[in-house]
Amino acid sequence: MGRTKRRNLLNNVMLALTGVCTFVTVSVLFVILGFLVWNGFRSLDWNFFTKLPLSAGETGGGLANAIVGSGITILISIVIGVPVGFLGGIYLAEFGGKTFPMFVRYTADLLNGVPSIVIGIFAWTVVVKPMHSFSAWAGGFALSLMMIPIGLRSTEHFLRSVPNSMREGALALGATKTRTILTVIVPAARQGILTGLILGVARVAGETAPLLFTSLNNQFWSEKLTEPTATLPVMIYKLAISAYDDWHRQAWAAGLVLLGLVLLANIAARWVLSRGASVQRG
Amino acid sequence: MVLASSASVRAETINAAGATFPAVIYQKWFQEYRKLHSDVQVNYQSIGSGAGIQQLTQGTVDFGASDMPMTNEQLAKVTKYKVLHFPTVMGGLVPTYNLPGMTDILNFTPETLAGIYLGTITKWSDARLKKDNPKAKLPDADITVVHRSDGSGTTFVWTDYLAKVSPDWKAKVGAGTSVAWPTGLGGKGNEGVAGTVKETPNSIGYVELIYAAQNKMAYGAVKNSAGEFVRADFDTVSEAAAGAAKNMPDDFRVSITNAPGKKAYPISSFTWLLIPNKFDNATKKNAIQGFLKWMLADGQKFAAGLDYAPLPKPVVDKEEKQIGMIQ
Amino acid sequence: MATAVIAAPPQPAARKFVKLLRDGDKAAHLITLIFAASVFLVTVFLVYELWVQSSPARAKFGFEFLFSKSWDPVAEKFGALPFIYGTVLTSLLALLISVPLAVGAAIFLSELAPPKLSNTCTFLVELLAAVPSVIYGLLAFFTLVPLMRIYIEPFLKKNLGFLPFFQGPAYGYGYLTAAMILSIMTFPFIISISRESLLAVPREQREAALALGATKWESTWQVVVPHARLGIIGSIFLALARALGETMAVTMVIGNDPAVHASLIAPGYTIAAIIANEFTEATGELYQGALVELGLVLFLITIILNAAAQLLIVATTKKGSKHD
Repeated sequence: MGRTKRRNLLNNVMLALTGVCTFVTVSVLFVILGFLVWNGFRSLDWNFFTKLPLSAGETGGGLANAIVGSGITILISIVIGVPVGFLGGIYLAEFGGKTFPMFVRYTADLLNGVPSIVIGIFAWTVVVKPMHSFSAWAGGFALSLMMIPIGLRSTEHFLRSVPNSMREGALALGATKTRTILTVIVPAARQGILTGLILGVARVAGETAPLLFTSLNNQFWSEKLTEPTATLPVMIYKLAISAYDDWHRQAWAAGLVLLGLVLLANIAARWVLSRGASVQRG
Repeated sequence: MVLASSASVRAETINAAGATFPAVIYQKWFQEYRKLHSDVQVNYQSIGSGAGIQQLTQGTVDFGASDMPMTNEQLAKVTKYKVLHFPTVMGGLVPTYNLPGMTDILNFTPETLAGIYLGTITKWSDARLKKDNPKAKLPDADITVVHRSDGSGTTFVWTDYLAKVSPDWKAKVGAGTSVAWPTGLGGKGNEGVAGTVKETPNSIGYVELIYAAQNKMAYGAVKNSAGEFVRADFDTVSEAAAGAAKNMPDDFRVSITNAPGKKAYPISSFTWLLIPNKFDNATKKNAIQGFLKWMLADGQKFAAGLDYAPLPKPVVDKEEKQIGMIQ
Repeated sequence: MATAVIAAPPQPAARKFVKLLRDGDKAAHLITLIFAASVFLVTVFLVYELWVQSSPARAKFGFEFLFSKSWDPVAEKFGALPFIYGTVLTSLLALLISVPLAVGAAIFLSELAPPKLSNTCTFLVELLAAVPSVIYGLLAFFTLVPLMRIYIEPFLKKNLGFLPFFQGPAYGYGYLTAAMILSIMTFPFIISISRESLLAVPREQREAALALGATKWESTWQVVVPHARLGIIGSIFLALARALGETMAVTMVIGNDPAVHASLIAPGYTIAAIIANEFTEATGELYQGALVELGLVLFLITIILNAAAQLLIVATTKKGSKHD
């Protein structure tokens, strides 16, 4: 009798504890958001989005160049990374044989696991050093390396999930393989592929380490893509570790903007995916 | 590369990087200069003297900046051209500390500073600190030492001073841009050290005067070679440079730590721009020469307002001649 | 790619058309192959560059590099031990903190929570994975560090100060603080994958245990979890691999001290953090080579962990899954 009671007690306690664990882990997200909103929201003013950073100690500056710079480096990474991920994924799902695709998948996973600072080293060696300049290209290249595995694997996954009946139907109607892929399969998988793209962008948008010695930073607007450029994550880092209260203020605000964009992208990706799933079922 | 149309002037971006010690005035200068010459945009990144020298050597920046003059070995590594040193301002390196509630200005001697950074003086209430600060209510708390985590000309000035005044320091640690610190936390750049000290109670760090002043952080007085406790400011730093100004070597590489003089601030230093003596791009060359001329004349007027000391006249004159050496 | 078919003599034109289409397929095959191959090539090139760029350091120090404590750029003596120690210590500590919490949450979400709550919570936790490292760093720098310095470290020192692990001044920065922020960053990986592994355990297993009179907890802990253990362990490896490579959040709170300290509240350094701080100033082939070699070491450790994680996770989800 006592033993059952003990077991039941243990049961209730442990299950309650797991609930506590869940509460703790889920609430972390809200704590983070809470702090950012509390500290950052008050600092978001019109200056933040339109002005350039001012020299130390002067108030009223903004991070306009960092916002644009982030946009540019992300755009470069999309231009390089999306075709590779998308077309490579098509190869893996539709064309590939047995062995070579295995190698490609393996190296894509490898690339995915490379620590972001090591990606930075590689981008420095391959772009900055020969170019003799820090640049937006170098930063964009580094980010593209991080985006490619995500795009590749998700494209392949979603193409594969299109039922074979669709492929066979199209081929039976006389369409070529290429045409089948372009007009039947990819559209059927487009939500998933789009999700992969958005998630890839969300991942690289917040990356700092690969940009530290590729795009470096810039106080002013970058006139060319071959110049160093300011980016949000790098600016947040520099502003946060400084001693100026005004710079801290800006770091919080930038953090809020960055996190907001990244979370929105993630939520958007989920939403796109869920719509795709329901469309396919219905 | 540079197009100057009547409607919009495209700026020639010149990339520079280096010391954090003078970063405050450099950023101000480049901002001001751009207002006067909208076609010259100098992007200065304060990443530390060590990084500045490295990037200059690698050729990824057009010019560098450092608080430590390049050594002969470092100069030898730059093969494409000769590096010219241009002193820009003088600054004072102050021991800044964060003692909540402390209203007195603390006095430090070479021995106490060396002791703190060697880890032999570990508490604020240490008798040796009390001796120089009889009236201050020093807490019985551990001293959190903050130094640089990156290769720093500022570190060089600090350790150069300590090596001159403390045989113990010289033997155990030595001077350099990156040393094996016996104790303490690392902050990145003058900014990072100031930031860490500001956020950490009972800490001490070394930063250029402006970083302490702008952030309203307390900084102490240091006993100079004449036995006086002096705080860094315009006069005391200028006095430290007075002797060197008269005997400035042609390459401008000189150290003014522990300089003689009754009111000389012992941890002062020149800081230099490292400019190549020839440029392939004539527009860049002209832009840089124009900036240097402005810096030696109008630029110097900004120094005092930002707690740096402007260059002594003999040095300015000598530098103006060096500008002509750039091809 | 295929052009309109002109009404011409049927036989030769039809053949030409079909040939064109087949070539179009060949072209598409070739193009997509090139892009796929580029992924392969770039990764191989990356490993090659790491190897080559680190050769000055490897040649000079050999294997001693991994065990040497000194990091002296002026004397050009480089050793990896403080950084390997810091990287491994902070990551393992992080797991020590996060694994009980995350596995506990995964159990709750897979066994107890109604599906809607489970999905919502999982979604929220997975969003944590999207928070950039620098933002974790920002938060840790301004909120966690003072918390550690004012409350937690003094508490630990007072009660556990007899152990060498909790001695030394309470800076707020240090291995323990870095481990705490890293642990938060590992939650999403462990929770998400462990939950899936647990969900993949066939219903029969649970029902059988309950039929034998086990309480829900006993059924979960003694039957379901062991069944899913490979996936759970795999998720831990994955989380470990991520934690080892974290740069920004760590460098902002670890104190950046290149030395080996026994105390958990002492400042330290990790491989990723020192590369981030010193790469732009590494003068000379040897200094740079040493930093790249550190990167190589980190890379190798993470590859092995990731590969092991993959194997474990795939094994579990294939084993017990009903939906495939």
